[in-house]
Amino acid sequence: MNIPLNITKTIHDWLFSIMPEGAASIVEMFIIALVYLGIFTVIGLFLVFLERRVSAWFQLRIGPNRVGYQGILQSLADALKLLSKELTGTVKADKFLYNLAPYFVIISALMALAVIPFTKEFHAFDINIGIFFLIAISSIGVIGILLGGWSSNNKFALIGAMRSGVQTISYELSIGLSLLTMILITGSLQLSEIVEVQKNGWLIVQGHIPAIIAFMIFMISGTAETNRAPFDMAEAESELGAGFHTEYSGMKFAYFFLAEFINMFIIAAIAATVFFGAWLSPFGITESLPWLGVFWFLGKTLSLVFLMMWFRWTFPRLRVDQLLTLEWKYLLPINLVNIIIMALIVWLNLTITF
Amino acid sequence: MERYVFYFIALLMIVSAIASVSSRKMLRSVIYLLFVLAGIAGIFFLIDYNFLAAIQLTVYAGGIIVLMILSVLLIHHIEMELEMAKISKRILTAIASLIGIGVFLVTIYSYEFQVTNIATTTTTADIGFGLLSYEDGGFILPFEVISVLLLAAMIGAIIIAKGEKLEGRKNNLK
Repeated sequence: MNIPLNITKTIHDWLFSIMPEGAASIVEMFIIALVYLGIFTVIGLFLVFLERRVSAWFQLRIGPNRVGYQGILQSLADALKLLSKELTGTVKADKFLYNLAPYFVIISALMALAVIPFTKEFHAFDINIGIFFLIAISSIGVIGILLGGWSSNNKFALIGAMRSGVQTISYELSIGLSLLTMILITGSLQLSEIVEVQKNGWLIVQGHIPAIIAFMIFMISGTAETNRAPFDMAEAESELGAGFHTEYSGMKFAYFFLAEFINMFIIAAIAATVFFGAWLSPFGITESLPWLGVFWFLGKTLSLVFLMMWFRWTFPRLRVDQLLTLEWKYLLPINLVNIIIMALIVWLNLTITF
Repeated sequence: MERYVFYFIALLMIVSAIASVSSRKMLRSVIYLLFVLAGIAGIFFLIDYNFLAAIQLTVYAGGIIVLMILSVLLIHHIEMELEMAKISKRILTAIASLIGIGVFLVTIYSYEFQVTNIATTTTTADIGFGLLSYEDGGFILPFEVISVLLLAAMIGAIIIAKGEKLEGRKNNLK
């Protein structure tokens, strides 16, 4: 087992100089895990705050602006409130599965975060099947939603869970195929190599028309995969109460809530990595300052997150049959044709490179 | 350290495999089975078979287990419990399992395993070339045969699901 953990060279060397090798590698793993837990919490809380401000902006309100500068500490206060809340539960629920469900959702989100390349150095787990690993992990998160819905012993929760299962299984295909379209250009699944290829122009420019189609399909199915509006059938407030997490309260509810936002960040981060060159600056203007990469990466990712929030506050919710028609009758056939077009373009060398 | 990780995963797999067959709630059995399958993926990661591990996670944990959970959700109420089997059936199953484990152990211990120090990671490109090569040791024929099998299964599923509608259209034409 040789996990290529490469956070920063200096910390790595310093740890190995003061400790024996076995202890140092374990300490390094713990440090990396703690750092990623910190990133996880900060991003989750920040995105909750961002969502509330963006929704307020779209609805011509002000939104939370009392706690801290412009309300930036609002979601921290909310998290403290949720921590101190009583954990309620139903008597006839399946206790074991009911308590297990939030962890499936949150652990799969955390595992996916480890593969994301923040900068060239700040990339914890650069595995040679990167993209495929992300797809595999994201297919596990839905198990948590299905379990939570079933074990709460509540019919609205059960209906929400069933809808979510159907939706995620369908849209996973589109996510995989649209990423596969881009893999045809890069010729590698490893995320660092995918970024390396984009030094000659971001992939959305290199692949021009089919890449733009693939990007649109990826954003649509990514929004559906995270169960966000306009695809939030799993928790449609007007029909199902709160859907699959109706019976959850306090911190367990917060886990589901946090995981939804982290999943949104992950989808946006994959899109930024595969289509917009991750930490690469436009035209290489800051190539001499590699630490600026994290700003470029976060900038690209957050603008894609903003796009997904824009979807949420603009489009009305779909019906279940419309949702399935969109995937199986439109997105999937378009995607299959798109792969063939992309293969032709790569074969005939029609890609645009600088 | 790898040894301890292996023992931990193996213990987890054995415990959840036993729990999976002995639990009387159907969905809990499915979840214990998920732990076994995830443990197999973990062992693949341990020996650097990353591609196989990801396949294990997507196909078994993400695909088959989710389908199983969906079917349990459709047919099984939360208060139902599976009934116990008859004594004679239990004894028969125990004997069959013991014979199985005996064959397995005899095979493992009678074969001399060679310890190699080659630690090369099989890349996805190697697997792709292997699947599409038509020279000696290539897998193009099984690959194509399996794709035909999948096509047949898909057509069969459509016929079963839409059978009445297709026949109805035929009757209208008459």
